[in-house]
This record gives sequence, C-alpha cells and structure tokens, in this order.
Amino acid sequence: MSFQIASMLLASALLSVSAGAAADAKRGEALYAARCGACHSVADNGAGPRHRGVFGCHAATQPGFDYSDALKHSDIVWDEKSLDRWLSDPSAFVPGNMMVVRLANEPGDRADLIAFLQSVSQGERSCKPGATMPAAAITTHP
Amino acid sequence: MTQASFPRLTAADSRRGFLKLGGVALSGTAVALLGGLPMRGFAASHSDAKASGDIAILNVALGLEHEGIAAYEIGAGSGLLSKPLLAVATLFKSHHEGHRTALIGAIEKMGGTPVQPKSMDDYKASEKLSISSIKTGDDVLRLAQRLELGAVNAYIGVMPSFADRNLAQVAGRLIADETMHWTALTQALGGSLPTPAFSFGA
Repeated sequence: MSFQIASMLLASALLSVSAGAAADAKRGEALYAARCGACHSVADNGAGPRHRGVFGCHAATQPGFDYSDALKHSDIVWDEKSLDRWLSDPSAFVPGNMMVVRLANEPGDRADLIAFLQSVSQGERSCKPGATMPAAAITTHP
Repeated sequence: MTQASFPRLTAADSRRGFLKLGGVALSGTAVALLGGLPMRGFAASHSDAKASGDIAILNVALGLEHEGIAAYEIGAGSGLLSKPLLAVATLFKSHHEGHRTALIGAIEKMGGTPVQPKSMDDYKASEKLSISSIKTGDDVLRLAQRLELGAVNAYIGVMPSFADRNLAQVAGRLIADETMHWTALTQALGGSLPTPAFSFGA
C-alpha cells in the first residue's frame, strides 16, 4: 500500500517536473514581445502596467498605473493558475477590467508566457507581494 | 555590409486611400473614423457603457499610433537610414498619422477625450522603444518591425470586443496597413515570411 502511495507521489512529482520543464521562458519572451508588447513592457507602465515582479504579486498593485475598479477589487494574486485563467480570457475572469484582448488561446502559449513572467519576477519588485510568496525571495521597493 | 532595402513602393494616394471606402454601409462611428464626416445617430443607437468601452479601446489604439509615429520620427532623424529606406519610413509614418487623425476624430465624435502623445524625451527614454540601443539602420527597421507586429496582434486581439461591429471592420483595415508595414520591413531585413498559417494573433 505504502509502495502504491509512494509510486503515485513519484508519478505526480514527475508530472509536475515534466509540466514545468515543458514551459519555455525563452519562447515566452518572444510571444510576450509579439503579443503583449504593444501595451506592456517589463520595466515601464504603458497602456498596460509594467510586469517586473508581477508573478507572486497582488493584482492591481504596480505603482503609477490606473487600474480598473474591477481588478482593484479582485483580490487576485498572480500565480500559474490565476495567470492562466487571465491570459485565457481576461474579461471572463475579471468582468469589467480594462484588458479586453485575448492573446493566448493555446495552453502551451500561456504556459510559456507565464514562465517568462515568472523569470522577470525574481528579485526586486514594486508591486504588493501575495501572502504565499516566501519573504526571502522578495525585495520590495516603494 | 550593405544596408537593407525595400521592394519598390509608391507613396501615391496612400492617405487618400485610407479615407476612401466605396459601397460599404457603415455606422456613424465608422463613417467618422474613415472620412471625418459628421456622425449621426451614434448616441441614440449605443448605450453609454458600450460607447465608453469602444472609446477606451480606440484610445489604446491611439496611444500605439502616437508611439509608432514617434518611433518612425526618431528613426528618420537618426541619419542611419539610406535614402530609399528613409522614403519608406516616411511613408509608413504618414500612414500612422492618417490612423491618428481618424482615431482622434472618432473618439471626439463619440464624446471621448483623445489620449495625448508623450513627450519625445519620454519616448526616447522608454525601455520599450530602447532607442539608446539603436546603432544601425537595421536596428531602426527592427524596432519598427517589432512595433508593427505588436500593433497587428493588439488590433486582432481587440476586434471581438467592439460594441460597434463596424469598428471591427475599421480595425481590420488598420491591421492590413500594419501587416503591410511588417511584411515590407521583414523583407528589407532579409527575414523569412512566417511558415504556418494564422501566424498573427492567437
């Protein structure tokens, strides 16, 4: 019995590793430039908010960006799951928000975009970190 | 190293072409967008909320046009483009100016306030444009190519969200211009055309 449980846990762990390994941050960077780059950049607010540090932050907390009330009151922390839902259909996930575009219909594209967003969220950030982020991994800036 | 070159293009009637539209029935908004003509009946036929959503989308589009114009202006003034490349960059800039004029007219006629361009210093300092990294004529073209691709994908992405379906048609015409620019820029840079079908959008 314990062997079965251990096997299941191992299989589950392998699946997680495999799913993680499948996401390609480099491809995600190219997708980001082509599909998100008109409105977003990593460093600057534009038509959309900056993305440095976004992974692990509360939604609508990048300083200097005028968010919709819908997103301000959404109580979302950006992680794999929430970003996947957001990128899949922002209006369905948070009705009334200002991002009305669907730019990543394919799950693989979303996974790669999320891997890229995670890669630009290491180190310093200006948005408000979610409670689940390990404090040691976060440097906050006003 | 030889500088990239464009296929032979003519600028004749480009601006006029944008304003012409024969034989298609359009809403007041779309008419205003395409010809600067008086808009009739828009307020009566659209709710404020829907119009407000459309105005917000058009303002994002206008912001992209402002940025594109600034980028072409910076590129044209860089001294890095050969005469033929400069001529085409100037032509593409004039297309974006045509888009800008039409978008401003439509936003105002829908009761909105058109977003203003940033200062040229702000554009030059933005990480997105990365002007300081431009050292060659090809770098100018690559920046333009990147912005055009971003605009194509953004316009495709918002098309289903317009409350006024005629605005989706207008977005389609904007996409056609931006795609034409991207294709010419890609050819000038010696890049390959996309292999898969549906290579733009998601």
